[in-house]
Amino acid sequence: MTRYVRRFSRTERTLHWVNALGFFLLLVTGLILYLPSLEVLVGRRPLIKDVHFWGGVGWISALALVALLGDRRGLLRTAREFDRFDPEDVRWLRRRLPAPQGRFNAGQKVNASLTAAFTLLFLVSGLLLWFGERDTRFRFASTVILHDGLMFAALALLVGHLYLALIHPATRHALRGMTLGSVSEEWAREHHPRWIDSGDRG
Amino acid sequence: MDEPRRYGRGVFLLTAAGGLSSLVWGKAVWSQVSKAVSPVAGAVAPFLPTQGWRIYTVSGSMPTFDRATWRLEVGGLVEKRLSLSYDELRALPRAEQVSTFHCVTGWSVQNVHWSGVRLADVFALAKPVPEAGALQFVSAEIPYVDYLSMQQALLHDVMLAYEMDGKPLPREHGAPVRLVIPEMYGYKNVKWLASVNLVTQPTDGYWEQLGYDRDAWVGRSNGYSS
Repeated sequence: MTRYVRRFSRTERTLHWVNALGFFLLLVTGLILYLPSLEVLVGRRPLIKDVHFWGGVGWISALALVALLGDRRGLLRTAREFDRFDPEDVRWLRRRLPAPQGRFNAGQKVNASLTAAFTLLFLVSGLLLWFGERDTRFRFASTVILHDGLMFAALALLVGHLYLALIHPATRHALRGMTLGSVSEEWAREHHPRWIDSGDRG
Repeated sequence: MDEPRRYGRGVFLLTAAGGLSSLVWGKAVWSQVSKAVSPVAGAVAPFLPTQGWRIYTVSGSMPTFDRATWRLEVGGLVEKRLSLSYDELRALPRAEQVSTFHCVTGWSVQNVHWSGVRLADVFALAKPVPEAGALQFVSAEIPYVDYLSMQQALLHDVMLAYEMDGKPLPREHGAPVRLVIPEMYGYKNVKWLASVNLVTQPTDGYWEQLGYDRDAWVGRSNGYSS
């Protein structure tokens, strides 16, 4: 019988899915604003613009709310895990394998840091676009380049993330951890042996 | 075992710092990159989704063009009011130019090929009266409107454009005819022109009422000073 171990807390999963939902809403509405062909097809730019802006405000607020009302201590511990790279993580990044990994491998840690930075930059550049349209003091010639560039960078990260979570046979079992919270112990032992050995099950 | 390294915050801080500082250097670097890759970019541009353009509209739907019923009205302070059909407009002396389109939000499209009509040729028919000191450009996209002084409207490369890059002006670019004034930011380049009215002096157009400069000179208005 398969034994399962808990990998993600309810707070972590909620944060992940709120982030995913918000990102997709903003990606879809953002692309309608960005791509002329979609703009022609959909029209209603002022409405889409409002949905995009308030969707962004709602996205960030919801993330903050989950963090505030959820298991804050657990999230902080997770953030520390993302922050710390031990020698095995460095070996993993240099592809000097085997390099036994903890609950997160080094690639996941980099992904988390980049995603957090992108979120901050999306927020800042988005607010500047919104207020810059209303007040010269907030208008910079490069804001739109930053916001659009971020979209491409975040999209590239997302494509890789989706491939590993949904398609790649060796890693897609991880999706179970983000939906149900637990993963098979056997899979975890193969991919995250030092986490299993540490006995830390969240 | 060695002390863990704090690479996570390093990646976060470097990315955030790089992104935020790009508000200062982003456009300059991007235009250098665009220039460096322009021979390649020129070849692939037709296949890129945006071709460098962003389409901005202010109302819920884009105006549609019906060749049978469309008219460009020229009125106000003129001796002779005009109501030009699409074919009549196209029968006026044809002008061509290649110019760069700058948006106030920071993006630009280089080397746009426009064909259309100079305002001087419209004036030759409508004959503005001496009190006429400015033009009101009314878009079919209600309530979009903007103004140019007579002097601005007669700059050598201002035109009513009905073709872009060798094809009839596409709907999203203001079909069938838009104003083109390359010296000024895009919001002065009124799309979906419905009428041109001669008035005594310019007043605030759609974006000017929202705080944008009436004289939208590229690089020296709207808070820019390069």
